[in-house]
Amino acid sequence: MTWLTEWAAYLPQMMSGLSVSLLIAGVSIVAGYPLGLILSVMVSAKNTALRTLALAVVEVGRGAPALVILYLFYYGLPKFGIAFESITAACLALIWNSAAYSSEIMRAGIQSVGRGQLEASNALGLSQAHTFWRVIMPQGMRSAIPGLMGVAIQMFQGTSLAYAIAVPELMKSAYNIGSQDFNYLQIFTLAGLCYAAISMPATWITVFFEKRLARHA
Amino acid sequence: MDAFSAVLQGLPMTIVLTLSAFAIGIVGAVPLALGLSSSNILVGLASRLFVDLVRGVPIIVWLFLLKFGIQIGTFKFNPVGAAIVGLGVVSVAYLAEIYRGGLQAVPRGQGEAAHALGLTRGTTFYGVMVPQAFRIVSPSIATYLTGLLKDSSIASTIIVAEMVFQSQSFARQHPTIEGILPYILVGILYIVLSLPVAYLSRRLDSRMRKAVYA
Repeated sequence: MTWLTEWAAYLPQMMSGLSVSLLIAGVSIVAGYPLGLILSVMVSAKNTALRTLALAVVEVGRGAPALVILYLFYYGLPKFGIAFESITAACLALIWNSAAYSSEIMRAGIQSVGRGQLEASNALGLSQAHTFWRVIMPQGMRSAIPGLMGVAIQMFQGTSLAYAIAVPELMKSAYNIGSQDFNYLQIFTLAGLCYAAISMPATWITVFFEKRLARHA
Repeated sequence: MDAFSAVLQGLPMTIVLTLSAFAIGIVGAVPLALGLSSSNILVGLASRLFVDLVRGVPIIVWLFLLKFGIQIGTFKFNPVGAAIVGLGVVSVAYLAEIYRGGLQAVPRGQGEAAHALGLTRGTTFYGVMVPQAFRIVSPSIATYLTGLLKDSSIASTIIVAEMVFQSQSFARQHPTIEGILPYILVGILYIVLSLPVAYLSRRLDSRMRKAVYA
């Protein structure tokens, strides 16, 4: 009971942190997915330079830990005279992350569209652009949906890393409250529950979509 | 000391964290995967809730909970212990989900055929289902291992002296342009380290395919 009353007292402070977390996650998704789409198209481009550049962006975004990219933006770039506010650095790092992951998922989605669709469009005399945007993309993106939802959840959880560069997100609020009264167990449990309260239902919805798509495949 | 040797100083700790947590996950996920595929609804639901809860909470929260929140009598986790246990618990949940998917992907006929041949339930499970499931999930396990390698970097936030922590402290001591180097080097090093895992997984996969289909 005491835990519940304390949690109720801490919750308003945590909510301001949670709104920052949701903002960063939202930005990284809204900016990351279109970038991911561009990257996924660039990766299959005929121009070698373009393809190599896109591949490098994707491989670093997926292969290097998010924390490293975060530090690179926040501590590294100022040494070149490019300084960001901590929240901007966090957004940029997670945009890179979400663009890299989503581009791979979208590429797989586009590749999963049967060749017959392409041949049929050709036979019907549809233009290349029309084939891509109206035939391949809608089908490819449909099968990419569960994967993209998974990335969104991953990005929301990834916002917790912004704690490391003192962004006032959920984890930072929790730490601040905890260091006042040293009741870390209660406060980090509450923080974990806040994250889980969003991630768990989101995961269940993703699984639901996956099952529905599998049924119609 | 140059940036590269500074980063390399953290390499053993990164490997210790990754492999210890991976070992906990590989073993601990077995009973949990059985729980997930249990026909007992209560056991199934409890396992599902545990897996989703563990995966729904970011790793940094687990690490802080263990490092700062746990005190039983005089016992407190040291940073390395908290990192290994935290990363270990998370990998138990992720690997259990991977195992469950693999067991589910083995065609039902295999179990039925084993039953028809009069094999015991134990033999059916360990001799027929598990080997096939393992072949199905080995690429996913390798992917997870490379993910875990990257996640071990989060231990730097509870002051474990792994690669990211070392690159941080080097950067702090070198406020010049040189200070950006360790971040670039450590990023490249993570990518390079995950290459052999991907290579080994591909080899293992193709060898097992031969063993099954030849």
